[in-house]
Amino acid sequence: MTTSIVLEDVTKTFKLRYHRTIKQVSFAKMRGQETSSVFKAVDEVSFKVEQGEAIGLMGLNGSGKSTLLKMISGVMKPDAGQVLTRGRIAGLIATGAGFHPQLTGRENLYLNAAILGMSERETNRKFDEIVEFAGLGHRLDTQVGHYSSGQNARLGFAIAVHVDSDIFLADEALAVGDKPFKRKCLAKMREIRESGRTIFYVSHAAGQVRRMCDRVIVLQDGRLAFDGGVEEGIHFLHYDGDDEEELADEETGDDI
Amino acid sequence: MERPAVAAEPVAVAAHRDLSGVPLTPPTAGNGLHAVFKKRYLLKLLVKRELSARYQGSFLGLLWSYIGPLCQFFVYWFVIGTILGLHDNVPNFGVHIFCGLVVVHFFTETFGAGTRSIVRNKSIVVKLPMPREMFPVASMLVSLFHVFPQLVILTIACLAYGWTPDFVGMVALLLGLLIAMLLGTAGALLFSAANVFFRDFSSLVSIIQMFIRFSVPMIYPFSFVDDRFGAAASYYLFNPLADCVLLVQRAFWVGSTPHPDEVAKTDLPPDLLIWGLAMTGAGLVLLAIGQLVFSRLEAKIPERL
Ligand SMILES: Nc1ncnc2c1ncn2[C@@H]1O[C@H](COP(=O)(O)OP(=O)(O)O)[C@@H](O)[C@H]1O
Ligand SMILES: [Mg+2]
Repeated sequence: MTTSIVLEDVTKTFKLRYHRTIKQVSFAKMRGQETSSVFKAVDEVSFKVEQGEAIGLMGLNGSGKSTLLKMISGVMKPDAGQVLTRGRIAGLIATGAGFHPQLTGRENLYLNAAILGMSERETNRKFDEIVEFAGLGHRLDTQVGHYSSGQNARLGFAIAVHVDSDIFLADEALAVGDKPFKRKCLAKMREIRESGRTIFYVSHAAGQVRRMCDRVIVLQDGRLAFDGGVEEGIHFLHYDGDDEEELADEETGDDI
Repeated sequence: MERPAVAAEPVAVAAHRDLSGVPLTPPTAGNGLHAVFKKRYLLKLLVKRELSARYQGSFLGLLWSYIGPLCQFFVYWFVIGTILGLHDNVPNFGVHIFCGLVVVHFFTETFGAGTRSIVRNKSIVVKLPMPREMFPVASMLVSLFHVFPQLVILTIACLAYGWTPDFVGMVALLLGLLIAMLLGTAGALLFSAANVFFRDFSSLVSIIQMFIRFSVPMIYPFSFVDDRFGAAASYYLFNPLADCVLLVQRAFWVGSTPHPDEVAKTDLPPDLLIWGLAMTGAGLVLLAIGQLVFSRLEAKIPERL
């Protein structure tokens, strides 16, 4: 087996600034107030992921899941420790893909695909497939700034799943999609998993994680609180009592 | 990092490829200026995007890239040339101004648009991994794109004055543009990153641009500097943009005047090409510094946007 992702004591520190201008800062300093504070959004997290594993990343809001995925994808750099990955990475981090609001869906599609490492030929070849998956129709030639958050996520997800990646990151990607789209995405992700790619899936829905993942990692205030089996992880979070909701949404698993 | 090229992409993702030959690397490895030129297709898309977005929502669009320098040209031509009377002192003063304007406008546009480039592409920078140097470099290439029509106009005007292109002149032109390119990219790199932390930098840029317009022999000839400063005039040449302007004037303006040899003696410094080469070296050093500072700041860019 090949190792896909290695994290060694990865830490990300954010500085919270309470004041923006020189006037505000100097007033606060004169009054003896604090002008900034630091906190660790991700705190000495270490783990190793083998190629082909499907990880459910769970934790409360603000526990550092998106920050962790940003460091794995290379958007952010850890302040301490190191992240190592093998192969191409694609995915959707935090809701909404990195689209330029002033460009049309089509232009954004090409740009986004190029950033994720697709060549022009590859994009041209997959273009129809991506557009069909996103199901945006004539909206494709209007500004992305005017898309609803659901449409934005649809296009972002459609591009990300069509990249030939070795690691796929999905961060609450399906939170804003409608039910038919969610179903389509989950099917696609299962296909990705079966193809032997590594998956990182952030979800608050125990049902989805059960169906999709074979390992759960739980973050708590930026620290690794749990790393192990799916059932134990869900139990650890006390999410296993939510069965009533899940019965209501058997197919897609309830999200958010 | 070298992402492996996929030989034959499977239509439906079949059995996954063997990755054991691919090294484990940090996902941010291999960012930097050299990566920018490896990802030429992405760079091309960004340049295209920037071309369409720089004046988005404006009726005249791309024309603004030419209206700006054109208006500056006529203001200088009239105020400095006619009112202050430099038409009498400097032969072909219009060409003299225009040579300076081509370089100065190229540099200031690169510097200005480059400085704003990362903040303007915020939505992409905070979500997607890529060498962020791409944005300032794309700004530089867009500005370079606008240089060529201006050079065509300049060529036509000079030909009308009986100018013939010469080899040394063309070398001077290339050197001048190269220095402006290096400096513009270095400045754009430094300021685009700094602008993320304090937007004050984009305001600072317009002040610097104003100084630049007056610190080069564009609206006055180099002979004035020589007259007023005497031996100190050589310090003036430590301003790399002054050398750029002089190099372009060597390429076009000198040859368009009635007595090129005399003009070259009074209005160009001796050893201009040596200065040009030295400033190219200085430009490379500045670019390296710019890249170094950029990489340092880059680690904090996505979280501060
Ligand atoms: N750019 C930033 N600057 C300061 N704080 C941030 C920034 N991004 C995220 N945070 C903080 O870091 C913590 C973790 O955020 P995040 O990783 O988005 O959590 P999650 O995805 O688990 O909900 C939160 O408290 C959030 O407010
Ligand atoms: Mg999140």
